[in-house]
Amino acid sequence: MSIDLSAYPCEGFYDELVAAPGEVRPHAANLLRALADLEASELAARQEAANVAMKEMGVTFTVYSEEGGTIDRSWPFDIIPRIIPKPEWDRVEAGLKQRVQALNLFIDDLYHAQKIINDGVFPEEVLAKAVNFRPQCVGIDPPLGIWAHICGSDLVRDADGTIYVLEDNLRVPSGVSYMLENRLVTKRVFPELFEDYAPLPVDDYPSQLFDTLAAVSPRPADFPEAVVLTPGIYNSAYFEHSYLAQQMGCELVEGRDLFVADDDCVYMHTVDGAARVDVVYRRIDDLYIDPEAFRPDSALGVRGLLRAWKAGNVALANAPGSGVADDKVVYAFVPDIIKYYLDQDPIIPNVPTYRCMEPEVMDYVLANLDQLVVKPANESGGYGMLVGPVATKAERETFAGLIKKDPRNYIAQPTLRLSTVPTVTGDAVAPRHVDLRPFILSADRQQVTMGGLTRVALRKGSLVVNSCQGGGSKDTWIVEVGQG
Amino acid sequence: MLSRVAENIYWLARYVERAEDTARIVTVNANLLLDLPKGIDPGWRPLIDITGANALFEELHKDYTERHVLRFLLADERHSGSILSALTAARENCRTIRDVVPREAWEQLNELYLFARDGLQAGLTKRGRHPYLKRLILGAQTITGLLAGTMLHDQGYHFLRIGRNLERADMTTRIVDVRSANLLPAEAAELRPFQTIQWVSVLKSMTAYQMYRRSQQVRVQRAAVLRFLFQSLAFPRAVHHCSEAVRASLESLPRNEAALRVVGRLKRNLLNTKVERLSQSELHAFVDELQLDIGDLHAEIARTWFRPALEQAA
Repeated sequence: MSIDLSAYPCEGFYDELVAAPGEVRPHAANLLRALADLEASELAARQEAANVAMKEMGVTFTVYSEEGGTIDRSWPFDIIPRIIPKPEWDRVEAGLKQRVQALNLFIDDLYHAQKIINDGVFPEEVLAKAVNFRPQCVGIDPPLGIWAHICGSDLVRDADGTIYVLEDNLRVPSGVSYMLENRLVTKRVFPELFEDYAPLPVDDYPSQLFDTLAAVSPRPADFPEAVVLTPGIYNSAYFEHSYLAQQMGCELVEGRDLFVADDDCVYMHTVDGAARVDVVYRRIDDLYIDPEAFRPDSALGVRGLLRAWKAGNVALANAPGSGVADDKVVYAFVPDIIKYYLDQDPIIPNVPTYRCMEPEVMDYVLANLDQLVVKPANESGGYGMLVGPVATKAERETFAGLIKKDPRNYIAQPTLRLSTVPTVTGDAVAPRHVDLRPFILSADRQQVTMGGLTRVALRKGSLVVNSCQGGGSKDTWIVEVGQG
Repeated sequence: MLSRVAENIYWLARYVERAEDTARIVTVNANLLLDLPKGIDPGWRPLIDITGANALFEELHKDYTERHVLRFLLADERHSGSILSALTAARENCRTIRDVVPREAWEQLNELYLFARDGLQAGLTKRGRHPYLKRLILGAQTITGLLAGTMLHDQGYHFLRIGRNLERADMTTRIVDVRSANLLPAEAAELRPFQTIQWVSVLKSMTAYQMYRRSQQVRVQRAAVLRFLFQSLAFPRAVHHCSEAVRASLESLPRNEAALRVVGRLKRNLLNTKVERLSQSELHAFVDELQLDIGDLHAEIARTWFRPALEQAA
């Protein structure tokens, strides 16, 4: 028996590869023909080969367990790639650059004159309650005026085919290593697909990342000393930290490997003695990077790091305080932010967002909780959300109480019907919901990954794509028109 | 190379070596007890004397019975020198430096740890002891071989080699110290053949018997065994060989003057002593000096290359 797409159930949703049952999108024709040529058992065998390859390559996320022989888990990978035509991607790429450019201007403004507040575009009370605003950073001028050097924005596509930005991650976004490894695995298990397609390469990300870090080095040099600062082996993204350090040829350091000397410069302890560090790509949250400036009980950070940064002796990527634009209420203002700083309309729209802080909007949200998704301002990983249509009455009532108590902390959005991609389910193929996280690098120039990380909700009907909650990932292809 | 990484490699090597050496002394003691004449039974206490952990042991156990000693040396997590503790520590050190260590070595270490843990009950029985310990020794040797054969021989490898050889030199001096005490009443001429057995057991605990015969061409006797185990340059578990291996690796490291001075002192002490003429009490004092030198060397290495202990974090 071979794979049959004539009864592929994609009504009511936008499927990225299949327009209607039995009718494939032009860019996916060759891919789906290759799939249709596979025996069902062969499909399952390819999927198994991919699982083994992932394990062999050591692609993992970390789950802490005291007893087990290993603390690494493989992250499920689905072998059917998601394809996006280049012209559509060009628009998305331009939209992401526009967005991050505006966000960097916004962050810089918030830590300086706050013109956007004085001009009445952005409400002061939103800033007053932004938990990721760092007063310690007021007045700092980071190199090139860039605060968020690495941004991971989550994109989703609704049933009508429109692509929206769902959220921006400007603190320590992760996932890029999976994007890189996914491509390698696809090449191993599906080499024949590359005869018909030439997906644009993604593997220059580590050198682009190094260039971004090098561009903000306080000491101009061809190879400034950049390091990746990790919280350590028990962090869920430790694999990625170590992977990126290796790929960039940088040291992977922990807080205790670094120190700030009397000259306010950062050094690492090496066998050859103290070695000056120019750029720290930190994968530790703001509050933990420097016990002198932030949480005094943090054992992960480096005492005096903020002092060295303020003195201009080291660059931090992302800069502390960038997370202020990560706030989901701030998100609701991004279209206004783009308009204000760039005098442009947003190229990629926001998901329509209700700000509960406005009284009449809150009343609407409370009256329509069964149709909306409600999110707290500063949670990530899909925690603390209410998905109205599938929530119980009791859950909705709990949220109604929470919203009334602290309206500033909540936004609501219509329930999106996330697009789907054919996904292997045993020896058959069925639609599963996806999102997409591209990564945007900003320094002297902006670069966007060619595609990004497609996350897929592997459970039937599920909309939750997060790795910690049953999600997996797919390879993402950007292809020129005419292929397929 | 980061100081933390160098330190982790160094301890990884020491702990793997410690696990192997402990397995060796247990094996040989078991065999020695079988060979000695009736009425002569040194028991299991000398093994605890070798490790120097008597205070801790006596806190935990009333007497030095076989069962208690074995469990203490093989698996007690309160004793940092037990095989299981050493392998656990080696594994934790290795885990944080997995990008420096070849994957196969990590996998082998992980497997060895799991074997030591899961096979323990069998290892504590009289019948299961031998295969259990043999596999531990072989597993540790495999790790050493994998690292020597696949790891970059750069700074990291030098720290590995220094760690292994310091631990090994230390253990050799301890074994000689404890096991050279005469087990037999001096006047009992009819027991003289058994004296040889004692020195054979010392050699065998270091897999040194065959190599001793090859290089010394004399029958097994105290003076020649002592010379061999302290001063042989060719035998890899002899103190002199170990200290020369440490010196060779130190030569490749930056800022090595202070550490090299300590090795020089150790070497003079080692070679300028006529070990075969030392009385038992003089031998004991000599071993104490060597162990102090080894301790000084470790301290100097830590001071020069490892991360300053917590002073930056305070």
